[in-house]
Amino acid sequence: MSVVTDLTPQAAGGGRKRALQKTASKHHSWTIVVGMAIVGTLLAVLAYIPPFTLAQPSNAWIDGFTNAGVFVMLALGLNLVVGIAGLLDLGYAAFFAIGAYTYAYVASPFGNSIIGIPIVESLGSNVGGLVFWPMLLVGALVAATFGILLGAPTLRLRGDYLAIVTLGFGEIVPIVFLNSDAVTNGTNGIGGLLRPALPGMGSFSAINPWPYYVTMLVLVTVIMILCYRLVESRLGRAWEAIREDELAAAATGINTVTTKLLAFALGASTAGIAGVFNASKLVTVSPDQFTFIVSFTVLAMVVLGGMGNFWGVAVGAFTIYTINNVLLKTLNEFFDRVSMPILKDINFIELQFLLYGLALVAMMLLRPEGLFPNSRRQRELHTEMDEPGADELMGGDHELEQEDMR
Amino acid sequence: MSGNVLDNEPILVATQVTRRFGGLVAVNKVDFTIPERSIVSLIGPNGAGKTTFFNVLLGVIDPTDGAVDFLGRRMIARPHRIVYESLIWLMPAVVLGLIAAGGVAAGILSGRLLALVGLGVLMLLIGTLLLSVIRPVWYQKRLARLGIFRSARPNDMVGAGVGRTFQNIRLFKNMTAIENVLVGMHPKLRSNLVSALLNTKGMQHEEAAALDRAQELLALVGLRGKGNEAARNLPYGDQRRLEIARALASDPKLLLLDEPAAGMNPKETMNLVALISRLRNDLGLTILLIEHDMKVVMGISDRITVLDHGDKIAEGTPEEVRRDPKVIEAYLGAPAV
Repeated sequence: MSVVTDLTPQAAGGGRKRALQKTASKHHSWTIVVGMAIVGTLLAVLAYIPPFTLAQPSNAWIDGFTNAGVFVMLALGLNLVVGIAGLLDLGYAAFFAIGAYTYAYVASPFGNSIIGIPIVESLGSNVGGLVFWPMLLVGALVAATFGILLGAPTLRLRGDYLAIVTLGFGEIVPIVFLNSDAVTNGTNGIGGLLRPALPGMGSFSAINPWPYYVTMLVLVTVIMILCYRLVESRLGRAWEAIREDELAAAATGINTVTTKLLAFALGASTAGIAGVFNASKLVTVSPDQFTFIVSFTVLAMVVLGGMGNFWGVAVGAFTIYTINNVLLKTLNEFFDRVSMPILKDINFIELQFLLYGLALVAMMLLRPEGLFPNSRRQRELHTEMDEPGADELMGGDHELEQEDMR
Repeated sequence: MSGNVLDNEPILVATQVTRRFGGLVAVNKVDFTIPERSIVSLIGPNGAGKTTFFNVLLGVIDPTDGAVDFLGRRMIARPHRIVYESLIWLMPAVVLGLIAAGGVAAGILSGRLLALVGLGVLMLLIGTLLLSVIRPVWYQKRLARLGIFRSARPNDMVGAGVGRTFQNIRLFKNMTAIENVLVGMHPKLRSNLVSALLNTKGMQHEEAAALDRAQELLALVGLRGKGNEAARNLPYGDQRRLEIARALASDPKLLLLDEPAAGMNPKETMNLVALISRLRNDLGLTILLIEHDMKVVMGISDRITVLDHGDKIAEGTPEEVRRDPKVIEAYLGAPAV
C-alpha cells in the first residue's frame, strides 16, 4: 500500500478492493475444483490401503463414497434453503423423490409406457444412457417447479408453520407415489432404469463403481461452485438479510416473497439433480427411499456440518453418511476379523441409532453452530453467552471513538 | 429559505388517511403533503399515531380509508376490486381448458395431445399464480388501469424511491457494516439468478461499483473505515447512522426517519442534525422526520405537523407550532380551570 503514492489512500483501497472482488468468485471456483480433486483422489487412495481394505473390498468403499456424495448434494441444496435463507424445510426428501421419479419416467420401460413415448425401446440401453445427462437438468427443473408450487402459497408462513407445511409436503409426495398404483407401480416402484452412458468413461454398472464416483465428484463440484456464486451475489445477500430480519429486508427493497421462492426452488432443484443421479445408480425408484428419515438426516447433516458454510455442510454430510452407513456396518466385520476381545462382541449396527442420537445431542450442547460454522451463524448463536465479551468490545469501541475525537 | 421550499411541488400526498384497529382510531382523516426538498416533521405525544401513520405511508399496514400518492402515482389505498384479480389469473387457463373440452367433444383432441394441453393449462395456472405472488410493477400498473388496486408493499415503496429507518434499530446485526449497505443497494442492482450463476463480467463490474458506492455512503454518514465491523459491535450512535446509510443506498427521493435521535447523547444528536441537513442540502433529499427531541425538530424542520390521538391538531413552521395553544395542551395537559 505504501508504495502507491500518487493515489489517495481511499482510492487505492477502492482499487484493491475492486481487484479482490473481481477475483473472489473465480478464486473460489478454482479452490473448489482443486479441493474436490484432492478429496476425490484421497478417498480413492484410502479405499485401497490396509485398515480399510480389511473391512470391505475397495469397490464397496468407492460405492459407499458415491452414495455419501448423493447426500452431500442434498445437504448442499438444503443448506441454501435452511442455512442461508433461514427457511426450515422438513420435507426436503420430496424433491429428491420428484427428481428420481422424473428420471424413472423417462428411462424405464414402465415409465415410458405411462408417458407414452418409447424412449428406452427406441434408443436401446447404450445410446439411451446418454439421456441421463440432459435428464439431470430436467430433473432439476421439474423439482424446482414443484418447489415453486409448494412455496408460492406457503412462504408467507414463518418459522414453525412453514416447517409443518413442508413436513406435510414431504409426507404427501411419497404417499402419492405409493398409492397411485396405476402410474407409479405402488410399493414396488419403477425398476429397470437405464444406467447412464458416456463415451470414454467406461461402463456404468453395479460392479464398476468408478464412473459413478467420478460423476458424483463432478456434480458435487459444480453444485458447490454454483452455491458459492449464488451466496456471494446480490441474491445471496438478500437471502441472508431475510434470515436476519424479514421486515428490515423488505424495508431495504428486497421482494421477500420472490427471493424466498427462489431459495426454495434452487434448493429443490439441487435435490432433483441428486434424485436423478441416485435413481440412475440404484436403477430403481420406490416410495420407501424417500421417507421422512431422509429429510431429517439431511437436515441433521446441515446442522452438524455448520449451517451456512458449504464446505462444512459437505463434510458434515459425508461424515454422517459414512459413519452411519459404511463405517458402523464394517466395524463388526473388522473387529471379528482382527478378533479384538470386547469390541468384537458389540453389534455396532444395533447401536447405530443410539450412537447417532448421542452424537447429535452432544453436538448441540457443545457446538451448536456445527463443526465448521459460517462466521455469521456463529455470531448469531453466541450472543447471550458472550455478553461480558460483548461489553468489553463496546468499551473498546468507546475508547476508539474518543481517540477519533482527539 | 424555508418559505420557498414549502412551495415546491409535493413529492408525497396523503389524503384523508384513516387507520382503525378495532374500535381504536389510530389515525383519523389526516391530510399530509411533503414538498420536494423539504424537511417535514411529525410530532405528537406518545400514542398519537405517528408510527401508525408512518407505517401506512410505507405500505407496512393498509389504511382503513384514504390514499397516498407518491410522485403522482397512487401507491397506497384501500384494496379495491381485488376479487377480480383472481378471476384474471384463472381466465387464460379456463379459456384454454374450454377450448380443449370443445376439442375433446369434437373428437379432435385425445391421447397424448390432450395430455399436452392439460400440461399447458397447468403451466398457465402456475404462471399466473407466480405473477400474482411476485407482482412486478408492470403487472400492478396493468391492474390499476383495470381499476383493480392493491396497496404497494414495503419493497415496492423502496423501489419507487422511499427509504426508511426504524424506531428501534433493525440492522442486519450479524453482517458487517458494508454488507448492510450492500443489502440496501438491492433494488438498484440489476444482476439476477443467471448472471450470478454464470458470474458474468457485467455482474462483477456492478458488484465492484456497488462496493465503491457503499464505501462512499459509509464515509458520508461518518463511518469511514468501519465497513468491516459487524453491525452489532458498532456503538449505538454508529448503528443509527449505519441505518441511514443503508436507507440511502437505494437512492431514495424521500427519506423517512423514525426517531433517529432516540437514545443519542447530545454530541451524537448534534452530528445527526448536521447529517440530516447535509442530506437535504447536498443530496437534494426530501426528509420526513418523526422525533421526540424538540431541539432536533425545531432546529431543522421547514414544517411541523402535530398529531394527537390520531388527529392532526396543528401544522406550520416551528415558530407557529411552538406557540399553538392546542399543541401546548396536547403535550402538557389543559390548563387548570
